[in-house]
Amino acid sequence: MGKANQEIFSETMQELAATDRNIIAVTSDSRGSGKLVPFGQKYPNQIVEVGIAEQNLVGVAAGLASAGKKAFAISPACFLTARSLEQIKNDVSYSDNPVKLVGISAGVSYGALGTTHHSLHDYAVLRAINNMIIVAPADNFETQQAVRHAAALDKPIYLRFGKKAMPFLNESNQSFEFGKGRIVRKGDDMAIIAAGETVYPAWQAAKTLEEEHGVKATVVSMHTIKPLDTQLLDELLANGRPIITVEEHMVYGGLGEACASYLFQQGAKNPFHIMGIPDEYTITGSQEEIFNHYGISRDGIKAEALGLLKL
Amino acid sequence: MTNKELKLKSVYLRKNILKYIYKAKAGHTGGSLSCVDTLNVLYNRVLNIDPQNFRTPDRDRYIQSKGHCVEALFVTLADRGFFPESDLETLCQHQSHYIGHPTKKVNGVEQNTGALGHGLSICVGEAIAAKLDKKNHRIFTLLGDGELPEGSNWEAFLSAAHYKLDNLYAILDYNKQQITGSNKEVMNTDSVHEKLEAFGWAVKEVDGHNLEELEKALNNGPLEDGKPSFIIAHTIKGKGVSFMEGNIKWHHGVPSPEQFELAQKELDEAGALI
Repeated sequence: MGKANQEIFSETMQELAATDRNIIAVTSDSRGSGKLVPFGQKYPNQIVEVGIAEQNLVGVAAGLASAGKKAFAISPACFLTARSLEQIKNDVSYSDNPVKLVGISAGVSYGALGTTHHSLHDYAVLRAINNMIIVAPADNFETQQAVRHAAALDKPIYLRFGKKAMPFLNESNQSFEFGKGRIVRKGDDMAIIAAGETVYPAWQAAKTLEEEHGVKATVVSMHTIKPLDTQLLDELLANGRPIITVEEHMVYGGLGEACASYLFQQGAKNPFHIMGIPDEYTITGSQEEIFNHYGISRDGIKAEALGLLKL
Repeated sequence: MTNKELKLKSVYLRKNILKYIYKAKAGHTGGSLSCVDTLNVLYNRVLNIDPQNFRTPDRDRYIQSKGHCVEALFVTLADRGFFPESDLETLCQHQSHYIGHPTKKVNGVEQNTGALGHGLSICVGEAIAAKLDKKNHRIFTLLGDGELPEGSNWEAFLSAAHYKLDNLYAILDYNKQQITGSNKEVMNTDSVHEKLEAFGWAVKEVDGHNLEELEKALNNGPLEDGKPSFIIAHTIKGKGVSFMEGNIKWHHGVPSPEQFELAQKELDEAGALI
């Protein structure tokens, strides 16, 4: 088992800041949640604290980015992508200021804290904004790569991290590129497309499907929700295999609907199902309990797969 | 440029604001006329900028938070040589870059603004960056009084004082009116001087139509070392045209042909007296 992706985010930030004084972390009393206390201690001139003021967080980051700084605006995803949405839309995307928006403790990471602290809307709202790359890394490898690539990128980007320790997925596939899905398991019988912290249960489900039912599934970490890897989708739809999408997001407007939109417009007739959080008052509990409740688990995904395969 | 020429320029800019709003049949007339003296002083006496090489890193920044008064900005930029004035013939036309709010597609525009309460935070980021890089350029924004109730402004006020951004200047175009009525009626922002002082800013009140006063307030360094500067420019909405002054129907009113001619005549007469 590795570390929480947001810890890797912080470690990578320190690594980058060591040689680049233009790396700036902008925080809204969020350095603790963002695991950035060591960063702040090591690089006190490269952290800008704005207090609990998320609109200002993004506006200030836009100004820093406009002045040539590699500004990472870090705040819990629930606040960052709701409270500061207009700043994201106008001051980052529309003004093309290359801010790196970092949504921490995303999805239902703060499960028991309730809906105020859940971000199940962020893919949807950000997908509807022009000039925004949306990335939810699955494991520590993807996180490190995403942070490094984001630092070098001269475009607005949203990175989404959870707080749970993540396992290492498919160490044989160590390629990472924004907009290119990473295949973490290969099989011809069906495909499971997941993002962020749901890739691991998808991978577990695929493993169990093979062990118990001889079903071989491809599992994709579709870390980049936008722009979507349509080339990979073309390959996945080719043999008419069932496709399941899994995300830590409401089933509306996220990864699943992005895939569905593309596939349907290609004339795909593959059996298809979107797994995520339904449109209801989200239950509370730990992230794992919420995942299990909604079937975002090894067994839940397996059951859905068997249903689509009519097994 | 002499002081007299600067004053004549204000008249010319006012005439152009009306000319292009009249042509486009759209625009924020009253607010553009209230803030144009500030823009005239900024672009002709204060800002260290080069129209031919705008994006040099050490330039002074001017970000117009009250983006809707873009006509005042566009005519000032055109006059300063950022683009040919004839470009403004396309104001608000299909596929023109000269739209109803500032956009970076226009040479000389720092940021895309228009939604209110955004400019100051961006300026805070720019000012922090300048401090980090030990650069001496200055950062200016123009706020409308109507946008003061936006909460984001007050987040930004706090942070500018917290970081002691004495390279940051916010100018309030205090014409005391907004689209629905007076500030007092819509949302009372009285005691803005005291409010900003309480937020840790150095504050100065000037006559926003007195070019010398404006220049003095903006060109002598920060009002107080270690504090951001807040200049309250007392202005009159629709300034310069008798029938527009203080009349909120001109917030985004477009003159009829007769009104347009009358306004141009009034401004010419005012210019002749300078």
